[in-house]
Amino acid sequence: MNELHKKTAKRPNIAVEIAGIKLRNPVMPASGTFGYGEEYAPFLDLEKIGAIVTKGLSLKPKAGNATPRIAETTSGMLNAIGLQNVGIDAFIEHKMPFLRTVNTPVIANFFGNTLEEYGEVAKRLNDIPEIAAGELNISCPNVKQGGIVFGTDPKAASEVVTLVRKNLQKPLIVKLTPNVTDITVVARAVEEAGADAIACINTLTGMSVDIHTRKPRIANRTGGLSGPAIRPVAVRMVHQVVQTVSVPVIGVGGIMCAMDALEFLIVGAQAVQVGTANFVDPAAMLTIIDGIEAFCIDEGIGDIGELIGSLRV
Amino acid sequence: MKNYHTKIISNQEISPGYFRMKVLAPDFGEKAHAGQFVMFRVQRSLPPLLRRPFGVFQTGFLPADCDGLPSKEFVEIVYKVVGSGTSIMAELHEGDKVELLGPLGNGFDTTTGPGEKILVGGGIGLVPLYMLAGELIANGCNVRLLMGGRTRDDIFAVTEFERLGVETHISTDDGSLGEEGLVTLVLERKLQKYPAAEVFSCGPMPMLSAVNDICTAHQTPLQVSLEESMACGVGACLGCVVKGAGHTEENPSYLCSCKVGPVFKSQYLDWSALKRNDDTLPGSEENCGGCS
Repeated sequence: MNELHKKTAKRPNIAVEIAGIKLRNPVMPASGTFGYGEEYAPFLDLEKIGAIVTKGLSLKPKAGNATPRIAETTSGMLNAIGLQNVGIDAFIEHKMPFLRTVNTPVIANFFGNTLEEYGEVAKRLNDIPEIAAGELNISCPNVKQGGIVFGTDPKAASEVVTLVRKNLQKPLIVKLTPNVTDITVVARAVEEAGADAIACINTLTGMSVDIHTRKPRIANRTGGLSGPAIRPVAVRMVHQVVQTVSVPVIGVGGIMCAMDALEFLIVGAQAVQVGTANFVDPAAMLTIIDGIEAFCIDEGIGDIGELIGSLRV
Repeated sequence: MKNYHTKIISNQEISPGYFRMKVLAPDFGEKAHAGQFVMFRVQRSLPPLLRRPFGVFQTGFLPADCDGLPSKEFVEIVYKVVGSGTSIMAELHEGDKVELLGPLGNGFDTTTGPGEKILVGGGIGLVPLYMLAGELIANGCNVRLLMGGRTRDDIFAVTEFERLGVETHISTDDGSLGEEGLVTLVLERKLQKYPAAEVFSCGPMPMLSAVNDICTAHQTPLQVSLEESMACGVGACLGCVVKGAGHTEENPSYLCSCKVGPVFKSQYLDWSALKRNDDTLPGSEENCGGCS
């Protein structure tokens, strides 16, 4: 498409709605790759992205895992950060004042070590009117308690979602782990328990060894694999989940460019999250948004809704 | 700080395995302090996926062209080829497009007043000490630089340091240049002679740890620049943390080396943890992020 065509073409509508939250476009960061938003403010206009998703929040501050915590692998990275975060109180006191100044929906990712803690954090989120939704993390592979323990067992997942659904007076997104035999079983369980939307996938558990020291390359031994290496797995799982549930699905996993994001939209994701790409290019989400818009113009798509779930099989 | 979409001005091997690279970076210098770093994107395709962190050697302006246009501002890094990313960098040429994020992190505190300053640099650890020496000399300090390396190949930029007015002292493990032996032995001697000196250091962890032991014994203030694996460089991924002084299981303290560091006053670090972790960081870029 030439420049003139681009300027004269009618801009497509790429706004989407997820569980009642209106997003100006379907692109948001994946939790844990974007800090609390402020870290990236020098590099991109936060009012151009669809939403801001915070680092996972817990009731009390969490120090995270021992180091080294990250290692690059072929087309990916392993991490075992261990959900280091400032805790919900410090988040409200120190991080919200900045987020309030940004005219973009803020989604608070959160987790607990126990069922009760999950419930408590959910309640605390009700105190923050500017939080548009909660994203429940039952999928972190790097901590002993909480996270994945709830995400790999459909019964436990159902239990925690039921409690959080009761306590949280906001739309609830549940983020699923790919580290299960059949993701559709957990997806169905969390939908039945009241999830308003599902985000998938979190990282795939992986391991890498330094052959000279013969030690694992990260202190936690295993970590979560992210980056372009996992994208085909993520697209497959999003496809499966979309076929299974009727709530909206947010596609996550290895998105580096607009073409990657479009794959997720075509299989039926209503929105996408961008993670590792933020580390490589802090303005990656803006390039992806522009690319989605350009693709719609090229393909003569007036509304992104025409594209979502348009997979031909 | 910003993400520069820019071009390489020059990329030259100055010693076996060591390269100096100048990159166009308008307005970089006025924001940069000694000890800060950049995240360098090697190429747009994969691999490598992540950027590599490099200490800033210097900033400056190219000589003006005859075209009457303002002279171009650059940032210069020095890197050692240790892995896939730096191997690709070594093949880059003038005019090649690169991306560079910076200046990042907290640099050296040079406001500690005039007097004797001893800089201890090992190999690629010499990089951040050049801007530091310049700032200290501008502040009226007497600056002595102890340069250490395995062999003469690890020693570079000696004349440039001397031109700043720095007294240099070279030691190599094999005696191929300067005094034979460890740079830390020279530090011992210098501290006997200048007991009121302040020490600044960057280099491999065994050297830093020995420098810390000596400075602790002499009650000498010490600032160190650390290199850790990092993914983002801006405090978001929390992958580059180091344990702070007083860290315990019950009361943990993790400091982000990209944001709180990479330069730390030594008393704020948990040195026993740094030493323990060191043997998990082998000399390959795939693990260490690429400064060395």
